[in-house]
Amino acid sequence: MGAPVYRGNFDASHAERLLWRAGFGPRPGEAAKLAKLGLDGAVHSLLNPGVEKLVGPKPHDSKGRPFAPADAWGHDHCWWLDKMVRTSRPLVERMALVWHDWFATSNAGVGDQGLMIAQNQLFRKHGLGSFEQLLLDVTANPAMLVWLNGTQNTKDAPNENYGREMMELFTLGADRGAYTERDVREQARALTGWTSRWSRRKGEYDFHFDASRHDTGIKTVFRKSGDYAWRDACHLCLSNPKHASFFTQKLWSYFIPVAPDAKTQRALEAAYNGSGRQIKPVLDIVLKHPALHTGPRMTKPPVVHIAGLLRRLNAGVTTDAWAWIGGLSGQQLFYPPNVAGWDDSRWLDTATFRGRWIAVGEILGDRRLDPGKAKEAIDAPTTLKRALAFWNNPELTPATHRQLLRFTQRALHDARTDKWKQVQYPVLVENALRHLIAVSPDLQTA
Amino acid sequence: MSVGREREVSRIVCDECTRAGALRAVAGRGLPSIEPGMPTPAGTGLTRRGFMARSLGMALTVYGAGRLDIFDEGIAAAATMPKNPILVTVFLQGGADALSLLSPQADPLYRKLRPSLAISGGTAFAEDDRLFWHPALDQIAQLHGEGKVTVLPAVGYDHPDQSHFTSRHFWEVGATDSRLLTGWLGRYLDVVGSPDNPLQGLSLTGSLEPALATAKVPVAAIDGPDQYDFWSPGVWGQVEDRMLEAIGMLGNAGAHDAASRTAAKVAGQSATLRRQLQPFGGKKLTPAVPYPAGNDSFPRSLQGLAAMIAAGLPLRCVALEATGEYDTHASQASELTPALTTTAASLYAFQRDLEARGVADRVLTLVWTEFGRRAEENGSGGTDHGAAGTGFLIGTKVAGTQVGEYPGLASGLDRDGNLKATSDFRGVYAALLEQWLRFDAERILPHISKFKRPTLVK
Repeated sequence: MGAPVYRGNFDASHAERLLWRAGFGPRPGEAAKLAKLGLDGAVHSLLNPGVEKLVGPKPHDSKGRPFAPADAWGHDHCWWLDKMVRTSRPLVERMALVWHDWFATSNAGVGDQGLMIAQNQLFRKHGLGSFEQLLLDVTANPAMLVWLNGTQNTKDAPNENYGREMMELFTLGADRGAYTERDVREQARALTGWTSRWSRRKGEYDFHFDASRHDTGIKTVFRKSGDYAWRDACHLCLSNPKHASFFTQKLWSYFIPVAPDAKTQRALEAAYNGSGRQIKPVLDIVLKHPALHTGPRMTKPPVVHIAGLLRRLNAGVTTDAWAWIGGLSGQQLFYPPNVAGWDDSRWLDTATFRGRWIAVGEILGDRRLDPGKAKEAIDAPTTLKRALAFWNNPELTPATHRQLLRFTQRALHDARTDKWKQVQYPVLVENALRHLIAVSPDLQTA
Repeated sequence: MSVGREREVSRIVCDECTRAGALRAVAGRGLPSIEPGMPTPAGTGLTRRGFMARSLGMALTVYGAGRLDIFDEGIAAAATMPKNPILVTVFLQGGADALSLLSPQADPLYRKLRPSLAISGGTAFAEDDRLFWHPALDQIAQLHGEGKVTVLPAVGYDHPDQSHFTSRHFWEVGATDSRLLTGWLGRYLDVVGSPDNPLQGLSLTGSLEPALATAKVPVAAIDGPDQYDFWSPGVWGQVEDRMLEAIGMLGNAGAHDAASRTAAKVAGQSATLRRQLQPFGGKKLTPAVPYPAGNDSFPRSLQGLAAMIAAGLPLRCVALEATGEYDTHASQASELTPALTTTAASLYAFQRDLEARGVADRVLTLVWTEFGRRAEENGSGGTDHGAAGTGFLIGTKVAGTQVGEYPGLASGLDRDGNLKATSDFRGVYAALLEQWLRFDAERILPHISKFKRPTLVK
């Protein structure tokens, strides 16, 4: 019993890492404030954040209109990005992102932003509550019923799509001996009966369970037999002996990039089973674990990186360009690549790096310095210091600092030939440094 | 790849970029198409200049001034590389239905299993009088008639896995081993590739295809060759040149742990790739033959690829995903036809483009999918996950004779009602490595000696 707890010094840089893993990074001053609470107090405040307050500039699209997340293309992404930037409950939003990835549903298959937003609210409502309730609600969720063909799964024509993924991806995991192909088929039968109506105007609507479409025969799942229906299908998965280990390891992996040791693993499963499948007690162990506070860094998912840069600047979401820029960066919200979600061990490649570059350019566009207004030459260290201050002085490794200073020196050396260059180049270099700092390894990971 | 965060976390290896893929498939769908009214993502504010690359005899457009002299040299250097063979892989994501791609239309059992989905019409398959090409695959049938297509009517492996992610993983790593961390082509590149050429393994889907995941050498992912530039607000001239150089310098930054090392490495690779693609910047490439019109990324990527091959860029392995989503649990009839139509028309145009540019003999294309679908339709107007699927090899150098046979519905289905494999993808990979890439398959494919190599290359 009892997982290890980090007992070292908990200063602003520890608090900052916690805010990156359990949220979207600190606003100026936020890390120091959180550090004052100590680790236990900090984690308690994240897990019990109270009612949502949105802090910061009001969001709007490129034409100044409010976002219409259920209707306009890309506004769904921007609406959620704004919540990430302005929320007073970072862990609630971060968990919503975890569940969006866990129960990955794409509007590419659903084709109804309103249904997607409704599902998203579910992730916010149960994100720190009971996984059992979450699984039940997701199973009956209209966006999910469309996405994995739940409304097409009838007693006369079973469709295995949801039955398979609920075991493989949501509760048990493939290739662990937790279920057989026969279990997939039998679960599909248990899940039969959901239906909806359709109209030209509304598309699919009025999702409900219709007993006449449900297979009332005996099903055999995990070697147990009964007249199972959709709730039973969920409970069968949750009480499968391989569920708790799947659930805790998968949840852990969103926060910590190395596997839990055996003792921690036992504690995670005990916390989960002992609480009646509550999410919060598991998170409490994860967020206080030494592996989070002293272990290796993690790559920030693209939306986390972008939301975090905006938070650093106390800036708001003021363009709908974020949706397609999110896509270029490898993460357009509400469009995960498939039902397994995003591959968060592969966020960065040459294409998504360029997407992140464009994202930073979007933030810097309106904030660029005008070299025409420069009055005097500035040396390299001062130029770099100013660029770092723009981002609220992030901590850099000596290696990164050295490369940035070398660039600054080289670029200012080019200016030596002309008087006007000596005055104007430092400003161009400062603009460039802001961009380079934000895509440096130090800011892409935490 | 399959789900397995639970396995993923128990197997963290040093390098994020290589560890990963093993464990979950990335189904990159390429970049979103640019909507009307979207701002130009990059390149804004720079002057465009036409440029005649003498070493290639082709017109290009480049961004920025005063740097034209270096392109000819760079292209010339690349063009002097030995002309190695190029392998292109095209993935049909989701498990394409073998019994629609090549359908046994005259078999009464087929009509019985597929009352609403049985295919009618299409060209007869010349090598097996039981089968007909899907009408949307007419152009592939035409290439087959010219001896440029090898068909694998039922390719798979023993003990088929019906998870998308597990089965795809097996195909990506080249073994039925869920623990392998590198792609089969990635391991090939690790042996033959160079440390400073990310173009040797090129993913044209906008994110890295797992088959190309390497342990040592760099590889690249882009959406197309004509849009890989880096622009920054309020930065220009000499300072901009220095900034672009500094992106590469970030490759030497960070680096105390795997995530930082990967972030640094990718910055370095991006800078290299930008230099290599500079000659293609900001220009609509003019194809030698017409490709399917529209916003679809697959024909656009193939079109760019043909231009890059003709320009002599140092490519070895290229991975793409075809148009469409083949996981047809529902509405199979209406989803499959448009997807196959664009895919076939794109592959046909690509082949003709390569022929017109005189580089067709250097390129072989493998079309694959993670599995076929259940023989019996499911009642949602779709089919569920199956076992053996269809594969194609396309090119002027392919042997053109089918590998394995269509096993038939009467005795060719397994216990689960899925098509049994009559050829093994691992034997196909070994044959491609040995006969096409002239490389000893034993060096990179585990336990490969027991697999028979079909004759794939003339």
